[in-house]
Amino acid sequence: MSLWSRIANVFRGDLVNREIEEEFELHIAEAVAEGRDPVEARRAFGSVARQREESRDVRITAWLDSLRADTVFGWRMLWKKKVTSVAAVLSLGLAIGACTSAFRFIDALLLRPLPVAHPEQLYEVARQGFDFGGAYVTVENWAYPDFELMRAAAKGQAELFAISYAAPVDLTYRSDEELEKATLQYVSGSMFPSFGLRPVLGRLLTGDDDVKPGGHPYAVLSYDYWSRRFGRDAQAVGRKFRMGDNLYEIVGVGPERFTGTETGTLTDVFVPTMMNPAAIRDDNTWHRTLARVHPGVALEPLRARLDATSRAFETARAKGFTGMTKESIDKLLAIQVVVQPAAAGASELQRTYRRSLAACGVLVVLVLLIACANVANLMTAQAAARAREMALRVSIGAGRWRLVQLVLVESAWVAFLSAGVGALFAWWAAPFVVSRINPADNPAHLELPADWRVLGFGLALTLVVTLLFGLAPALRASGIKPASALKGGSDPHSRRRLMHVLISVQAAFCFLVLFVGALFVVTFDHLSHRPMGFSAERILTLETTARQPEPPVQWDQLAERLRGVPGVETVAIAGWPLLGGGGWNGFVSVNGAPPGPVVAYFLSVSPVWRETMKIALINGRDLGPDDTSPGEAIVNETFARQYFEGRNPLGQMFAKGQARYRVVGLVKDAPYRSLREPILPVAYVPFHGVNAARAPQLVRAGTFIVRTSGPNPSAMAQVLRKAVSQARAGFRVNNVRTQRELVDAQTVRERLLAMLALFFAAVAVLLAGVGMYGVLDYSVLQRRREIGIRRAVGAKASHITRDVTAGVFSMVLAGGVAGAALGLASVRYLESLLYGVTGKESAALAFPAMVIAAAAIVAAVPAVVRALGIDPAKMLRAE
Amino acid sequence: MPKPDSLQGSLDLLVLKILSRRPRLHGYAIMSAVRDASDDVLRMEEGSLYPALHRMEEVGWIHAEWVQNDNGRRARIYELTAEGKKQLAAEEVRWDAVTSAVNRVLRMA
Repeated sequence: MSLWSRIANVFRGDLVNREIEEEFELHIAEAVAEGRDPVEARRAFGSVARQREESRDVRITAWLDSLRADTVFGWRMLWKKKVTSVAAVLSLGLAIGACTSAFRFIDALLLRPLPVAHPEQLYEVARQGFDFGGAYVTVENWAYPDFELMRAAAKGQAELFAISYAAPVDLTYRSDEELEKATLQYVSGSMFPSFGLRPVLGRLLTGDDDVKPGGHPYAVLSYDYWSRRFGRDAQAVGRKFRMGDNLYEIVGVGPERFTGTETGTLTDVFVPTMMNPAAIRDDNTWHRTLARVHPGVALEPLRARLDATSRAFETARAKGFTGMTKESIDKLLAIQVVVQPAAAGASELQRTYRRSLAACGVLVVLVLLIACANVANLMTAQAAARAREMALRVSIGAGRWRLVQLVLVESAWVAFLSAGVGALFAWWAAPFVVSRINPADNPAHLELPADWRVLGFGLALTLVVTLLFGLAPALRASGIKPASALKGGSDPHSRRRLMHVLISVQAAFCFLVLFVGALFVVTFDHLSHRPMGFSAERILTLETTARQPEPPVQWDQLAERLRGVPGVETVAIAGWPLLGGGGWNGFVSVNGAPPGPVVAYFLSVSPVWRETMKIALINGRDLGPDDTSPGEAIVNETFARQYFEGRNPLGQMFAKGQARYRVVGLVKDAPYRSLREPILPVAYVPFHGVNAARAPQLVRAGTFIVRTSGPNPSAMAQVLRKAVSQARAGFRVNNVRTQRELVDAQTVRERLLAMLALFFAAVAVLLAGVGMYGVLDYSVLQRRREIGIRRAVGAKASHITRDVTAGVFSMVLAGGVAGAALGLASVRYLESLLYGVTGKESAALAFPAMVIAAAAIVAAVPAVVRALGIDPAKMLRAE
Repeated sequence: MPKPDSLQGSLDLLVLKILSRRPRLHGYAIMSAVRDASDDVLRMEEGSLYPALHRMEEVGWIHAEWVQNDNGRRARIYELTAEGKKQLAAEEVRWDAVTSAVNRVLRMA
């Protein structure tokens, strides 16, 4: 009989018993048939029960059988106390689900290795140092000529790849009227063979596709894009598309699981880096650098070599700089090359969310611990009620270990049921959270497979949870002394002590979750109510490009045509929308002095732009139709403060390099590229640019800022898009976004954090409240005799109330103090996630304290009512 | 597998020997065969035969199956496996060694 049949026999124990009995009966029958006396035959046979047990033990895996029995018994116990069990399973399930969701999310974004050969050898080459504003930053973007030098320097030790930021582009398979969006990455061709990727169709790019600038118009599609756009049609290979000035040929389709190296973004099309016009420019940084470091190569010497190479490149380049002080150039050169692990890819999403996810992870674990403490308290209370059962089991010979097993199996029941609930919750919640990360027009795409990693995590979590809340009650049950338990209990207070400690732990964690949650909510509130300086309502931004650069007058005429569209109030032109991600900066010198150390920011705008954006004019005038750049400018308050030191800026001159400007107007501050940073010094210069000979500068790209008269600007998007291409051939709208979307996109992370933190805080308070209620209720139940007697001898209601609640309240107080200390200690890890709040404010501590106090009072009410409702006469008679 | 003590060893040996001569017996028949072959000298507590049978079945020396016997009852019959034949040979050698050693001791005393 195999091990398997022994295990299988566990689950057909009755059959095994019947077979053994039948064999025994046959034996007796044979004896009787032989003429023996039935009584004598049975006596000679010996004890049937003992024989049967012995045989049964041989044929059944004994420990498994006892486990089976405990499992069945555990289920019956849970079933008997349906309400408690459901409460335990739901609260724990919620916590496990939240934990699993957080894990799925963190795993997908930060941990899961890219589906390439040896992902552990991948590193990202970046630079770290202080930027001009004095902030410590990591810069990921590189200029291609710099990259080429580093690639040569690392030869033999590491392979370097240039990989551009995945970005939406316009391409067309037919005429320009049928533009489509696709996400495109310029990549070093050598990336594909080095990653060990195999084409599903056609070929992939190789190092040979990266030789001549503009000479390799080939594209590889991602499997995902090929499925979506072409329905997996093999004919897709060989087709051509136009993007910008180039006609590309599709040469192959990549493997199914590879969606680029930018975790959180699905890349549709890969083209060689040489096809990027910026590939030959040493002043344009546009790509990341990834490295596959060969096994056995030490990182530090490699980093030093790359650092030296890059520094030499920058030093040579800096010789050509004008309009920068020596300190600024030194600052630029002081920046250091770093080599960071990138097995999970490299993306902006990772950078933005790494710390937020860590914070959420901690919150979620705290919630889980609170839930565990809750269930542990429930189990302890139940174990108390079952002390006699346990004592009986010990008296008739159950081993200590057997009792531990009994209680743990029951805990495992709760844990596994909860894990089921949690799995359902995580299945729904993780994709829901990802769908919330939607910066305008660039939603996050994260692969969230429910594979062995998630399953393994869930299983491990369930076991840990079982031990967390089950072990203490289990050991307590096994340590029972039958004599005293059967007599009625020896030390009824020891159990309450454990429960009280758990309550204070719960209160501490709950305080921490509330504290951090409140900080996130306040941060979001501050950011979203930050004074804008402009009005985003009813504004639509149309990012537009011309096939050929056009004189600014043509752009003006186009704006005029748009103004004639019904439903349009005003139309202005700007280089890009505020908060749209664009930027242009430079050092400014005032009145012929050498440039200062602070960079100023610029934006080219048409005369009506200020009025369209409703930015208040403080002094001077708007730009006029005859103003040009260089020539005139209007500046914001910060600019005036920074460069003119409080003097009246009107009429002052400043220069950016060779271009000189006269300030004609002063406007109110408005955020330029981000809501989180302080207001930057900004100069708004005319859209009409001229060169040294005062001839108009041709413009290829600009943004029409349209204020509509209707309340819903998006409704006008299609009409305006069409109006642009009809008004002038060669102009087309690439991207339409409302200004509101741009503003909201700034606070996506904060909104998400605030939402999750609020949810966790609510769950934490609910669980802690239920926990306190349970403990109070239990202690009243346990002390009902004492309370009854005291009532009978005339104790006041207020005394009883104080007596019943004092223990729990002091524990909550102790926990709250501990939680506050933890909170204050944790604040510095959260700094970068906060805005307009530091956590050191007394309000930040008062809020969680008040919530917990309120929860404690609400939780105490039913117990107090119960205590006061005890009828002494009835109680004493019942005993 | 625990080392069988000498008493169990002799029970195992007897059962294996009987089954090697007359395969496909049920428990009662095995017991009767032991009793008859030993001229009524060797008698076991009848019930203890079954745990031994089940244990040997478990380790794979014998194989059991249910059959219908003549009067329509189900009977569980046993036969030797290849493994059991090897075990029988080993047990016989061991038994010979033990009995001859015991005999030597008796003669010397």
